[in-house]
Amino acid sequence: MTQTLEQPVIRGVRFFLAHTPGLVRYGSKPSRDIARDATLAKAIAAHLRSYEAAAAYPPNRAFLGHMCPDTLASIPQPWFTSAAPGTRWGAHGEIMPEEEFYGVLKLCDAFDLVHLEAGFVKEARAALAPHPLLTPADLERLGTGFPEAHIVTQCGGSPPALPLYLRSGRLIGCMQAAHEEDTSLAADVLLENLTCKASAVMAMRTLLVQEQLDPLALPYVLNSGEEAVGDRYQRGGGNLAKAVAEMCGCQAATGVDIKGFCCGPVHALTVAGSLVSARVFSQVAVVGGCALAKLGMKYRGHLQHDQPILEDVLAAVAIVVSADDGVSPRLRLDALGRHTVAAGSSQKAIFEHLVSQPLDRLGLHFTDVDKYATELHNPEVTEPAGSGNVPQLNYRVIAGLAAMRKEITPAQVPAFVARHGMPGFSPTQGHIASAVPFLGHAVDGLRDGSLQRVMLLAKGSLFLGRMTQMADGMSFLLERNASGSSEEKQQ
Amino acid sequence: MVLLGTPNAESSRLYAMTVTEGDPSWAGALAGVALGLPVYHVMEETVKTQVAPEVYEEHIALMEMVLEAGDIAQAVQEVRAQTGQGD
Amino acid sequence: MKIQGKKVIALGERDGVQGSAIAACAQSAGAEVVLETTYCFV
Repeated sequence: MTQTLEQPVIRGVRFFLAHTPGLVRYGSKPSRDIARDATLAKAIAAHLRSYEAAAAYPPNRAFLGHMCPDTLASIPQPWFTSAAPGTRWGAHGEIMPEEEFYGVLKLCDAFDLVHLEAGFVKEARAALAPHPLLTPADLERLGTGFPEAHIVTQCGGSPPALPLYLRSGRLIGCMQAAHEEDTSLAADVLLENLTCKASAVMAMRTLLVQEQLDPLALPYVLNSGEEAVGDRYQRGGGNLAKAVAEMCGCQAATGVDIKGFCCGPVHALTVAGSLVSARVFSQVAVVGGCALAKLGMKYRGHLQHDQPILEDVLAAVAIVVSADDGVSPRLRLDALGRHTVAAGSSQKAIFEHLVSQPLDRLGLHFTDVDKYATELHNPEVTEPAGSGNVPQLNYRVIAGLAAMRKEITPAQVPAFVARHGMPGFSPTQGHIASAVPFLGHAVDGLRDGSLQRVMLLAKGSLFLGRMTQMADGMSFLLERNASGSSEEKQQ
Repeated sequence: MVLLGTPNAESSRLYAMTVTEGDPSWAGALAGVALGLPVYHVMEETVKTQVAPEVYEEHIALMEMVLEAGDIAQAVQEVRAQTGQGD
Repeated sequence: MKIQGKKVIALGERDGVQGSAIAACAQSAGAEVVLETTYCFV
């Protein structure tokens, strides 16, 4: 008896934002600049936003599902002056204040590397107690904390622990190194990895609970971030996926990390879809934690324009791919876009492989895709720093390619961009900003019929690792599930 | 000589200044270091005419349609004029 | 301005024209590419 392939669907997506102004100083660019010029710390501190401002910030609200990204086009810029108040929970996730996130960091700390000051622990415990996704057992892991003198001593130790601050400058704890000499276990590396774990855990818990998915029914988790978890003998050993699975009650799961620079999540989704399609697993989760190193990456541009430092949020995503349920959007594994080794690195070659080829395979036109989700970096972050408007550029290239193929006229390019693209809104959190920020909106739209077809495309700058000059890219199409019944199968 | 592939006028000006007079903005390794290198953008007319047409079509044509090629060319020309390079 | 015979540094940007694309153009114009880089700012 022959068995047909299963049709994989995107069963659910959730996001998580942690507002962490106190951690901006540990972003890669700020930390290096502060090391050269200590006076910068004060200038940076003076430009950090409050939680209320970050929660109200329209791009963050679009990221969490309060509004669809196209709405941003009608909100006057600069968006950070928008007066409309924010709320913590959107349809797709929450924005957590730093006072609570430091607590979550401690909950995820399996090696007692995070030492929190005793008074702060009390406050964090009280603040986290009502959180719908945290249990009393979780809060037990906060412990009782340490006297402030101990924290100060640790920060002066050898090797020194990394002091942890709130936006106000209050010292609330420290991050220890796990080894005196191993640079892969240095305090800053561990902080980066632990924030990645903690943010991914919160995104995953949000998804499991809100979509009523049984953690015990999940057999496999793929983590797709750009962090490097390991020690000096295996610097990128990884499998943060399993650590996240453990913290989310996925007792029957194991996992693995999929590494592809910014293209990681899209690669991971195609792998997840393939495993479900082949009936290896009934469902597979894909997670992506935050990128601490990217906090304050463009801070100089913001300071120069005397505006708030907008890269003050850590972002994470969690997605579940499952077998066809009759309602969730279908992942078209038969029309993947791949930037191959032979493709060449011109923009034309990249977008021909990611867009033209999959569409040609299905006999579709560029205009048959309702929305393209490409790199969705918030332009308000990148433009003051001279890095342009990345989403708009990507959409213009897609439109330009459509014009080159004579599917639209050059005069129709701006209309194509407006109709099939969207304003950027994602925090500049690397792999998180690559296509997946639109996935929550895409799933909603494909379920309610306002969207019929969406393409997610991502690119990875492999050349940054100095192992190849090449870039990478991957794309897939999601389509509305019109079957209406999980019993229907293609023969 | 230096050939740039920067996507807008502002970054083109910045790169052009950095390889001629020195880094004009932040304190990078080339701050205050005048390399004095002739600098052009790959989309400038004077460069385009010397590139094999099929190579240009494959690698540059699409971006020329998408980017503000005129503004970019002007920005780099202005830096050359400023730094006494001429055309 | 003649590109032919010159030594060229190709400074590309991921969101503009990549280093290897600039290099291909320079080579087709008869130059020798001595350095080829691509920057990524996000």
